[in-house]
Formats: sequence, C-alpha cells, structure tokens
Amino acid sequence: MFEPVLLKNATLGNAWLLDVYQANGGYDAWRQVLRSYKPSDVIGQVKASNLRGRGGAGFPTGLKWSFIPVDSPSKRYLCCNADEGEPGTFKDKFLMEQDPHQLLEGMAIAAYAVGAHKAYIYLRYEFSLALERLLQAIDSAKSNGLLGNNILGSGFELEIYIHRNAGAYICGEETALLQSLEGYRGEPRLKPPFPAIKGYCASPTVVNNVETLACIPSIITKGAEWFAAIGPEKSPGPKLYCLSGQIKKPGLYELPMGIPLRELVEHYGGGCQDGRQLKAVIPGGVSAPMLPADQIDIAMDFDNLAAAGSMLGSAGVIVMDDTASIVEVVKRTMEFFSHESCGKCSPCREGTLWAVKILRRFADGTATYDDLAQLHTLCTDIAGNSFCALADGAIMALSAGLKHFESEFTERINEPNPHATLKLGGDSEHD
Amino acid sequence: MNREHQNTECTNKELLDKDQFKHEIEEICRIYPMRRSALMPALHLAQQQYGYLSVQAMHEVANILELPPVQVYEVASFYSLYHTRPIGTCHLQLCTNVSCMLANAEMLMGVIKQTLAIEQEQTTHDGRFTLSAVECLGACDKAPVLQINNEPYIEHLTELQLRKLLAQLIEQTSPPAEWHQPETDKVIKVRNV
Repeated sequence: MFEPVLLKNATLGNAWLLDVYQANGGYDAWRQVLRSYKPSDVIGQVKASNLRGRGGAGFPTGLKWSFIPVDSPSKRYLCCNADEGEPGTFKDKFLMEQDPHQLLEGMAIAAYAVGAHKAYIYLRYEFSLALERLLQAIDSAKSNGLLGNNILGSGFELEIYIHRNAGAYICGEETALLQSLEGYRGEPRLKPPFPAIKGYCASPTVVNNVETLACIPSIITKGAEWFAAIGPEKSPGPKLYCLSGQIKKPGLYELPMGIPLRELVEHYGGGCQDGRQLKAVIPGGVSAPMLPADQIDIAMDFDNLAAAGSMLGSAGVIVMDDTASIVEVVKRTMEFFSHESCGKCSPCREGTLWAVKILRRFADGTATYDDLAQLHTLCTDIAGNSFCALADGAIMALSAGLKHFESEFTERINEPNPHATLKLGGDSEHD
Repeated sequence: MNREHQNTECTNKELLDKDQFKHEIEEICRIYPMRRSALMPALHLAQQQYGYLSVQAMHEVANILELPPVQVYEVASFYSLYHTRPIGTCHLQLCTNVSCMLANAEMLMGVIKQTLAIEQEQTTHDGRFTLSAVECLGACDKAPVLQINNEPYIEHLTELQLRKLLAQLIEQTSPPAEWHQPETDKVIKVRNV
C-alpha cells in the first residue's frame, strides 16, 4: 500500500503552520543535514535516489546539482520554479498553499548542497494564497532559526525571497525564468552555457521545480534506497498527478511514478460520465501529445510515455470524452501557444499564429484541403527550429491531433475532396 | 530582510508619496545582487499605486532604477499582467484553456459579454469592468474558473452563479478614480493585439 509522501501533511488542513509541520517530522531532514552531512553527501544521496525533475523535462536532479562548480569564486544561487502554468497542471500551487514548509525545507537542503546563500522562489503572480502562505512560512522559519543567518548554530546562511512573475508562460523555461529574474523580457537564452555555469547574474545557478524540491526532505529522512524503490527503476518516487477534464472525479492524486494511465483515469478518476465514452487523454499538460482511448494502457513515467510518442511532462492529465471536439481542443491549445510565444524566433512566433488562423477555419467549417496540407507542412517546418521547446510543444499537440483524429479535421472541410475526385478519374461531377 | 521587502503589494495598502515610492523600490533592490532585478516588483508596485502603468509611471520607475525608459517599456509590454492602459475597477479574468473549455467556459464567456456588452480584452465605457480570457489558472480540477482582480478564484462556476455574481457586481462597482469617459462609439481595448 502506497503511503502519501508529498501530500502526507496536506490533509491535516493546517500544515502551513510551522508548529504543525514540525510536529509531523518537519525540518528533521534539515537538522540532520546541518548536523552530519557535507554538501557532497547530500548530492550523493539525491543522485542515488534517482530523483528526476518534476517540472516536465525529467532531468536527474542530483546530476544537475553536481554541475555547479565547487571551486567557483562567484556566488551561487538557487531558484525554485513556481511559475506553474502548463494547462492542466495544479500540483505546485497546492503544495505551496497546503505545505509551504516542505518546499522551504527542500530548498534549504538544495541550497546547502550547492553552496547557495540566496534563493528565489519565482512565483506565478495569480497564486495569491500561495504567496501569503509562503511569506508566513519564511517569516516563521526565520524567527525559529531555520533560515537566515547562522542557521541552527551551523554557521550556514540562507535567505529565501519571492519574485513574482507578471503573466508569461514562457518564464517556466529555466533560462527565460533567469532573464525575467534579472528584469528583462522572458526570452530564453541559448544553451550552452547552462545555468549551472552561467545562470542568474552570470553565476552558477540551479533551477528546480516545486515538486522536485518537495521530494528532498523525505529522501534525506527515509533514505535514497527507499525513494529509488518506489515505482520504475529509471524514474522512481512518489508523483503528483493532476486529473481534469471530462471525468467523474477530477483532482490531485499522489501515487507511485509509473502507474498505468488507464488505472489513473478509470479507477482513481472514476472514468467518464455515465453514458459517455472515453475519446482521448492528454497525459502531461497540453504540450504532451494526446493519446486515443485505445492507447492508454501505458505506465505514467518519463521513459514509457516518451517511447509511446508522448510525454509525462507535468503530469497534467486532461480527459476528453466522445462529446469533445478534437479540432476545438487543438485550436485552443494552439491559441495558447501563439499567445505565449515570446516572439524571439520566427518559426514559433509566425508559425503558431498561422496555425491558429488555419485551425479557426476548421472550427468555423470554412477550411480547405490546402489548409489541411498547410497544417502538416507547419508541423515539419516549426519543430526543432527555435531556441526553446515552446513551439515543439505546440506542434506535438497539433500533430497528435492530426495523427489520431484526422477525420475530425476533414469533416470540417467545406469543399469537395480533390483526392476523391482523382480516384474517380478527374470526373468532378461524381464527387 | 523583513516581509515588506519581499512583497510590497501585500502589505502596502495606502498610496505612497514620491519619496516613499522611491524608498520602497530601494528596499526591493536590496534583496537582489543587481538593481535591474527589482524592475518587475517595481512595476507591480507602480501598477498598484497608479492603477496602470502610464508612461509617467514607467518613467518614474526608470529614473529610480537608473534605466533608459525604453528598457522599462519593453518589459512592461512583454508581460500580460502589466497594464499599459487604464483598466476597469473590476477585472474579470475567465480561464478558457482546455480543461475550462471542456467545462463550458465558452458559454460563460458569452454570458459575460452579453451582460456587460463588451468583447474580450475590452473595458466598459464607464470604466467599471474589463473582460479578459486568460490562460490556465492552475485549478483545472475545479473548472471552470474565474478570477476577479487578484482575489482568490471562483471555482466550479455555473451559469446561474455567474448571472447572480454579475448582477451583484453591477450594483456594487464604482468607476476607478479619475476615470475619463471616452466618446461613446469608441471601443476601449486593454491593448492592441
């Protein structure tokens, strides 16, 4: 039986209070680290746990930390990516609202591991309750000597600050986040150099997602082997799954990594409403290619979903039943990416806009076969031709829609089918 | 560093005079190793202070942070929650992204448009309401979701609740201070798109 790890305090209802958090074992890991761990020991533990980044890319966290040069004379920084904005995702917001100390404790341990004395939580502006709870948590942690100067008499110093975004999805991309933190437009930087070498203020910087950092205290107290034994060997650990869309029991579920998508949707989510049939599932936020109903017997982890041509992403699972229009879903997704394109690279800026215009014609029922061909061309022309992965996400959503549900697109075309004409030997009267 | 320096917006309820405004921004600068990093929180503060980011407000921020004004404009125009034009007292932000769309957000959008007689990204002539379709607010399990200004979300919004809410808001909302009513046939856009 799987015991919740990340959400174990969330159900208490007042775990954002320091006393409640500490009464349930909170800050034990931080005390343990300061008492008996060298920074390299912490990195070793996190590496051994096989924890992979929960923001979407799944990069091994311990490895990311180990890229920070130990002998660098410049200051080092830790940034927590709390700019949760992938449509279909609502896990980080919940963690920050219900259990902010778990995040702060994870950040403190991470900062200690990489030698950072300043850390920033890059927070989505709209999350006002999370802001309030985090500020309160930072205050009480500081006044109890858990953050600030000479923490618990160890001589280690750490300040955690909050930096609020102002509405830009692209700032969830780590180099765009750093640009934004420096007071610039959130336009991604070319990598390399990676943030571990040249990040915030050109100094070594680690950027980690909220859920990733929230895993750290348990890895310290329960051990790397315990963590590594949960779920699949290559991407283990507890995982938050966000279930939404046309489903009976939408909500946030904590289960082991690698749970079958069908079990998640049918058992935990209760399946579709009575009388409706499952049509498709987006497994990891709208950037993740949708899977048709007959392809959801798949494990929810980074490697299995990638092998199936989709991705785990942020584990924002959006369920669509037989009343959903794939054309509308793809159109709305493309509108999102077009709106959120930072504008730096023309394939993304112009390509997503063209795609929106074409998809609106499909939605209106005024599209042509040329439009359909153009959509296919855009898929190949946009993918892989920009600085960051935003346009690739847009294209994956579009191409999965076309691949699995092309008939829904052709149904919206308002002209005779030229291919049908050709088969009939060019006799358009029979069309 | 105390709480105020981490977030001026939460604690600062009264309007500041010019010296206090400058002082607040200087305090924000202290949490960062580079002054320029204070630009985004300074713009949040200016917007709270003046209701929107007028050219004058952006110049004031540029002066304090010793930046060319154009660098302030380019940041202000990039982020969708900075308003470089006046917006209504009550900013209705309805999520229309996929999960909310599947929960009928489009119909709710229609209700708001019809009731307030404006389109998306527009403000009513009396300056009381602005309507925006926004991207995912991160509460998809409680779709459809509406946020008014920066208040906690209204979740699982039904048509009936929305109609009641709008009636109540129409009764209670006043125009912003110093609102200049434009010519009647002019559409007041939030931005040029």
